[in-house]
Amino acid sequence: MTDATSAGAAPRPARSSSILEQDARTRKRNAAESRFKMYGIAAIGIGIFFLCVLLFAIVRNGIPAFTQTFITAEIALPGDRLDKTGNRDPEEMAKVSTFGYKPVIVDGLVRALEDAGIEIPFEDKADVEKMISAAAPAQVRDTVLANPELVGQTVEFRFLASSRVDGYEKGRVTRGDLARDKNLDAEHLDVVDAMKDAGMLERTFNWDFIFGADASESRPEQAGIGVAMLGSFFMMLVVLALALPIGVAASIYLEEFAPKNRWTDLIEVNISNLAAVPSIVFGILGLAVFIQIAHLPQSAPLVGGLVLTLMTLPTVIISTRASLKAVPPSIRDAALGVGASKMQSTFHHVLPLAMPGILTGTIIGLAQALGETAPLLLIGMVGYIASNYPDGVVSGFMDPNSAMPAQIYEWAKRADPAYYERAWGGIIILLCFLMTMNIIAIILRRRFERRW
Amino acid sequence: MNPLKLTASAVAIAAVSATAAAARDQVQVAGSSTVLPYASIVAEAFGENFDFPTPVVESGGSSAGLKRFCEGVGENTIDIANASRAIREKEIKACADAGVTDIIEVRIGYDGIVFASQLNGPEFTAFEPADWFKALAAKVPNEAGEIVANPNMTWADVNADLPAEEILTFIPGTKHGTREVFEEKVLLQGCEDTGAMEAFTASGMSEDDAEAACMAVRTDGKSVDIDGDYTETLARIDSNTNGVGVFGLAFYENNTDKLKVATMSGVEPSTETIASGEYPVSRPLYFYIKKAHIGVIPGLKEFAEFFVSDDIAGPDGPLSNYGLVSDPELAETQAVVADEKTMGNAM
Repeated sequence: MTDATSAGAAPRPARSSSILEQDARTRKRNAAESRFKMYGIAAIGIGIFFLCVLLFAIVRNGIPAFTQTFITAEIALPGDRLDKTGNRDPEEMAKVSTFGYKPVIVDGLVRALEDAGIEIPFEDKADVEKMISAAAPAQVRDTVLANPELVGQTVEFRFLASSRVDGYEKGRVTRGDLARDKNLDAEHLDVVDAMKDAGMLERTFNWDFIFGADASESRPEQAGIGVAMLGSFFMMLVVLALALPIGVAASIYLEEFAPKNRWTDLIEVNISNLAAVPSIVFGILGLAVFIQIAHLPQSAPLVGGLVLTLMTLPTVIISTRASLKAVPPSIRDAALGVGASKMQSTFHHVLPLAMPGILTGTIIGLAQALGETAPLLLIGMVGYIASNYPDGVVSGFMDPNSAMPAQIYEWAKRADPAYYERAWGGIIILLCFLMTMNIIAIILRRRFERRW
Repeated sequence: MNPLKLTASAVAIAAVSATAAAARDQVQVAGSSTVLPYASIVAEAFGENFDFPTPVVESGGSSAGLKRFCEGVGENTIDIANASRAIREKEIKACADAGVTDIIEVRIGYDGIVFASQLNGPEFTAFEPADWFKALAAKVPNEAGEIVANPNMTWADVNADLPAEEILTFIPGTKHGTREVFEEKVLLQGCEDTGAMEAFTASGMSEDDAEAACMAVRTDGKSVDIDGDYTETLARIDSNTNGVGVFGLAFYENNTDKLKVATMSGVEPSTETIASGEYPVSRPLYFYIKKAHIGVIPGLKEFAEFFVSDDIAGPDGPLSNYGLVSDPELAETQAVVADEKTMGNAM
């Protein structure tokens, strides 16, 4: 403005009407402001756009993993093949392996197709086995061993369809794709269409994807994320049980009791630094300390939990200290003023008020740990086939297991394209968990946080 | 001192519970990521058919697996190492130093290595080892017999029958067992076929140096080392029309909707041609058993026997369906496992 006055006589008339008419400089400033707003909106827009693209891709690719194609067929269980001695003793019958059950299923399926009036266009009728999952023999065998009286009867079974048939139902596999595929032929798809018309084949929601165990590479249709989910669960228990008390204790001491000197400054700086350390570093530390020195078992959720605890601790400590700091000093002074000891004032007054903030920080820390993969690479939780449910609580901590993000990584690596879809489906489940945890954190903050 | 005590006691509790839970009842397997699919198929079937728990299978690569295998004897060490190559002398020594003296070597079958490109891409349908050597070698002899940096830019430069597309190959990185086979069976073979080997020795190189020169891959970006899995190679091929990648036969057979395979020396790769030995680029797959663990870890011997049984590893078994080329001498392997013949005695 001072410039304008010193500019001389010429701009005077314009200046007199400055309230209604903007001069050039004001226009320029206003333009700069609106430009800046536009940049901001554009930045947010780009962010939202990418988020939408990502979510769309995840949902579109992942949703098919939640449904699975099943084939229902009545299978005759001939006594002469499944129980050679004829005494229905499960121990004797266990000698017939799944390889002995396969032809039984093939025969049953061929008969079921003939009964339904579906023509089998391929020469070797045994080829119908390509349409059902390799898991089917084990399914029948387990049923038979559990109920030996079924032998000799005809029992209805609901089998998983093989991954190629399932892919066809989901539109992932076309007849053209199968031209050079040795897992399935285009002719099978004619049978599949006919079976669908006859009601023998249907696609339904697949709970086993969420709660089931991982499967080998030859049967992607059977794989589920359930065991890995348990692995993640046990790891989170370890993280919660260690990071929360250690982190809260450390921050209460640092915030309320510790003298302010060079040592505590040094500790403070290092905690902030630790929060920025790449997670893979904690993985290497875990490998060296917990596995090579302490000889804890490889791939165990306990070790994973310990490593993730190290990673989460700084987050918990920083957020706890922040929420302790946010409690106004007047509360402490009042408590001390009526004769409370330092410890009483902290535990009776400051800590309860800081609790919502501490819990929020802990939950965010847990969510971060839940999605972490890198440190698990080094302690053997990635690349592990999570096919066994833990037997109990101890085995849940100690037995080798995988974790959800590690399971997703593992699926994405596998050869069969059906696993690719499952990887996306796994991401949906993982995201649901993370979102739930974050929502809980937000609710806690909204409901219990007090502002002064 | 509160936090410190807590940490200390937590670690102590963890250590105590670890020793308590050490009585391991399942077989532990680790090693080659090539063998992993086969091992996990067998482990799954084993769990279904036996009362023993399903063995634990991990990947990590042949060398990493053998290193863990050689850490010593005891329940805290793995029982079986999978490998896509034979164990090396150095590793046997490392094993012996750690007390792992009796090792049973089991050959489970063969794995084919195939050369594939985009399904709708250029016509890469027939290769010779010589083509690959000329396309990928760091240095080649020119017509005058001088050793020069590889001048070939397109496949047509290498072999007039191949499409005039720029050379771009995706080959396994040096940590993969597959790379070794690729170097020996393709590059070295090609080197000998083209006479470059002689040219190298004629230029004053020792035999070892000449071999190394044969297997040295150019570093000008025409050949890309893939350290990840075949899925990564597939992704690269997907985005490069002129790319040619090196895959395992099983991986290719699962992705025939995206890839087309090329013949090598005129032979199309398939389980049949590899079993008969016609297809030149194949390698044996192994697993190694710690004999000291047999009888200690329940189910170990049963698992090994089950792995090599006709039902599993035979020509019609699930491994063969997945892409493993069954070993024509399976009966001998079965005998090795049954008699627990260790390496020293078997060879």
